[in-house]
Amino acid sequence: MTSNALNADALLDKMKQGLQALLSQGHKPDPLMIGIHTGGAWLAEQLHKDLQITSPLGALDISFHRDDFDQSGLNPKVQPSNLPCSTEGRHILLVDDVIMSGRTIRAAMNELFDYGRPASVTLITLLDLQQRELPIQADIIGGTLAISADQTVKLTGPAPLALEIRNRSEN
Amino acid sequence: MFEQTDPNQIQLTAEGELKHFITTEGLSLEILTEILDTADSFVDMSAKQVKKVPLLRGKTVVNLFFEASTRTLSTFELAAKRLSADVLNLNISTSSTSKGETLKDTLMTLHAMHSDMFVVRHSSSGAAHFIAEHVTPDVAVINAGDGRHAHPTQAMLDMLTIRQAKGEFAPLSVAIVGDILHSRVARSQIHALRTLGVTDIRVIAPNTLLPRHIESLGVKVYTNMQQGIKDVDVVMMLRLQKERMNSALLPSESEFYKLYGLTMDKLALAKPDAVVMHPGPINRGVEIASSVADCERSLILDQVTNGIAVRMAVMSMAMSGQAKSRPNPHEAGE
Amino acid sequence: MNIHIKGGRIIDPANQLDQIADLYISDGKISAVGETPNGFVAEKTIDASNKVVCPGLIDLCAHAREPGPSQKGSIKTETMAAVAGGITTMITPPTTSPIIDNSAVAELIKDRCIEAGKMTIKPMGALTKGLEGEQLAPMMALASSGCIAFTNARRPVANSLVLMRCLEYAATHDLLVIFQAQDAALAKGGCMHDDSTCTRLGLTGIPESAETIEIARCLLLTEQTGVRAHFGQLSCERSVRMISEARERGLPVTADVSIQNLLLTDESVNGFNNDFHLIPPLRSQLDRAGLIQGLLGGSIQAICSDHQPHERAAKEAPFADTEPGMIGLETLLPLALLLVEQNMLDLPQLIEKLTSEPAKILGLESGTLTAGSDADICIFDPAEEWTLTPEESYSRGKNTPFMNYPLKGKVSYTFHQGKQVFPQEH
Repeated sequence: MTSNALNADALLDKMKQGLQALLSQGHKPDPLMIGIHTGGAWLAEQLHKDLQITSPLGALDISFHRDDFDQSGLNPKVQPSNLPCSTEGRHILLVDDVIMSGRTIRAAMNELFDYGRPASVTLITLLDLQQRELPIQADIIGGTLAISADQTVKLTGPAPLALEIRNRSEN
Repeated sequence: MFEQTDPNQIQLTAEGELKHFITTEGLSLEILTEILDTADSFVDMSAKQVKKVPLLRGKTVVNLFFEASTRTLSTFELAAKRLSADVLNLNISTSSTSKGETLKDTLMTLHAMHSDMFVVRHSSSGAAHFIAEHVTPDVAVINAGDGRHAHPTQAMLDMLTIRQAKGEFAPLSVAIVGDILHSRVARSQIHALRTLGVTDIRVIAPNTLLPRHIESLGVKVYTNMQQGIKDVDVVMMLRLQKERMNSALLPSESEFYKLYGLTMDKLALAKPDAVVMHPGPINRGVEIASSVADCERSLILDQVTNGIAVRMAVMSMAMSGQAKSRPNPHEAGE
Repeated sequence: MNIHIKGGRIIDPANQLDQIADLYISDGKISAVGETPNGFVAEKTIDASNKVVCPGLIDLCAHAREPGPSQKGSIKTETMAAVAGGITTMITPPTTSPIIDNSAVAELIKDRCIEAGKMTIKPMGALTKGLEGEQLAPMMALASSGCIAFTNARRPVANSLVLMRCLEYAATHDLLVIFQAQDAALAKGGCMHDDSTCTRLGLTGIPESAETIEIARCLLLTEQTGVRAHFGQLSCERSVRMISEARERGLPVTADVSIQNLLLTDESVNGFNNDFHLIPPLRSQLDRAGLIQGLLGGSIQAICSDHQPHERAAKEAPFADTEPGMIGLETLLPLALLLVEQNMLDLPQLIEKLTSEPAKILGLESGTLTAGSDADICIFDPAEEWTLTPEESYSRGKNTPFMNYPLKGKVSYTFHQGKQVFPQEH
């Protein structure tokens, strides 16, 4: 995929199929879906509806758990995390739009574990940019993409959901 | 004869981010709003089971209280701990400092122990400025109250409480009642209210408790409470200290209460949905009637809850500003 | 020694002289101005072209700090600073430690001054014992030991009857009393002028009535007792008006003002700038204008430095916890020259307020270049631009906002009783 606009719907379908297959294996009974703000939360909403997950949907804002506080400071646009039920002993389905270095997921897991000890965490991402700095992998992905150092990928939404490749300077 | 620079800008980095929190004076609408918004996210957090975030993990916060205070000290301690900071509480009475170490020496010693943040309460106006400007400019200084000059965290938690209750600031009419002369809270509130867009700010007090030319801060002065409180949306009461009776400022507590105490009668002159606030601790029957302090329009307890969130917000913002203004040897990854 | 000062602009207000001329010094006295005296052979010649030659300045109020805390200053260091500033006579307050309320202290100061060998200190003696405002100090004995005037400084004489008796006693012996008017209760705890800057900063203010109430009391008692009286370091426009009215009524009181109160206002304190913690305080624009008016109109006759040196630690604390005062001996002249630059006064008028007028107030014969007077001379370059740095400053204290500040007007030479005391000769 090299065009600037990626086919978000196609990736989403692939994700859904992968997740459906996982759930039907039966090893993750009564899963709890949690989306990471902002893109992951939009995707989680979609998945939650389409796959008819019974437990209420949760959302996580990782601003306070990032590891780059000393370098980049505080994000002034923090949104509240909302976990409607206890995570203790639950099978968590963690949803994010993009996994790149892996630091966001580490922050999300740190935050999750502050709330309680889950039985398992399954990571579902729409896109894998394959530029890991930490040993963290997604269990289900929509697709992979290679981008250059001066590019970034952004999910816009909540409806319609669309993926764009942008140059860093445009941010 | 000398170049005029705004002394309150020492609170900001070159990029305009907060690195000390000393006074609400001179801070832009953007910064004050950012404090309120950040505090909002911490308010939500306080309500949940997990109350801690790792933002200040590994950082040392020193609470340096030269003026005794259990309430403010404990809220700052709690705020720092919820940010996962290591906290050191130093309650230093003024007399021991004047006998031995100077303020400057005390701070240099603490600085040498690699503290990242000082939360300072001192009886001299300008103490926080002095520390931030002359002693330890690379340590975040949070002013927990300096003499009669400023108590910016109190003012901001008051602003947050008003915003939660009323939404917009601009159309509000706000009255501040009581010992304005000796009040650092009042001064900080006035600057914050003005910056946030309130144009009708009233101070209500007898002449003996009004500072010289207080109108120059952009307020209207009333010595008659009935007139001053008419149709206001927010009534902010100030604490009256017992010592004021001894310095020929007031004849008695009962006379003060009769003229300036907030009773249900006087509150009835304000708007029907007017709210009541007080920085605490309240002197029932001196500044405020019990019936008013406990009524449903009183936001006094909300102020307390907001206090922790606001302090977490300014501590995070100031620590962030300090970290970013330090020269960074390596780039950060994503 | 015979000294010939060549080609300078001689400004001698006492003799209404302002012309380019030569000055001749012989045996520590002024020998002549203009024509070479008969048989004069110069042993030293100084080229004063493009410079001003005037009487050595007389500073009506400067603290030398000795006897007292040596970290703040000593007669040796502060007299050196004085002559570097062209000042050959300074009046020091009795607030030393011990207080100048007995002859021994006055004699000590005299001795130290002679030892330092730079210029003349004429101390003020205490009006009351210990400056406590209760009992008369031995004024005649103090006068014999060199005290030129008497004051209770800014310490209260709470009892008006006691004050009256002090003035009556001073009047008996025709002694000059100098008032540094401050009502103790109104000024208590205050550290700056009580106005909007003070309100914003949350500091305790000193209302103008702290000065005017005491001036009123002193003026009335001066009138009643007939004592010779001078009011030192005024800060309020209202005070100037009161002095002015009294003078119009025929009461021969005089007054001085410090150069900082003529140039600065309370707005300088903004941001808790400790350099501007001063007593008497800097006041409003209106007060500053009133003081300038007073100077131009003659109600205020002289300008002083009110030099108050402090060690660094004394100024390193939150504002109200610092000690008030700034140094001023070395900056008095260049700062005073700003009044000429701003066209408020011409140069001879300015020199008058720093030389002949202070001399008149004190009843001294100095402050003049009349032949036969002591050769106390200041030679300065009014156009020379320079800055005062802590390393080059002679005063032990470095507490002034004018440190490292662009100044114009520098002393080239100072002579005291015919001896060159600045620059130091090796």
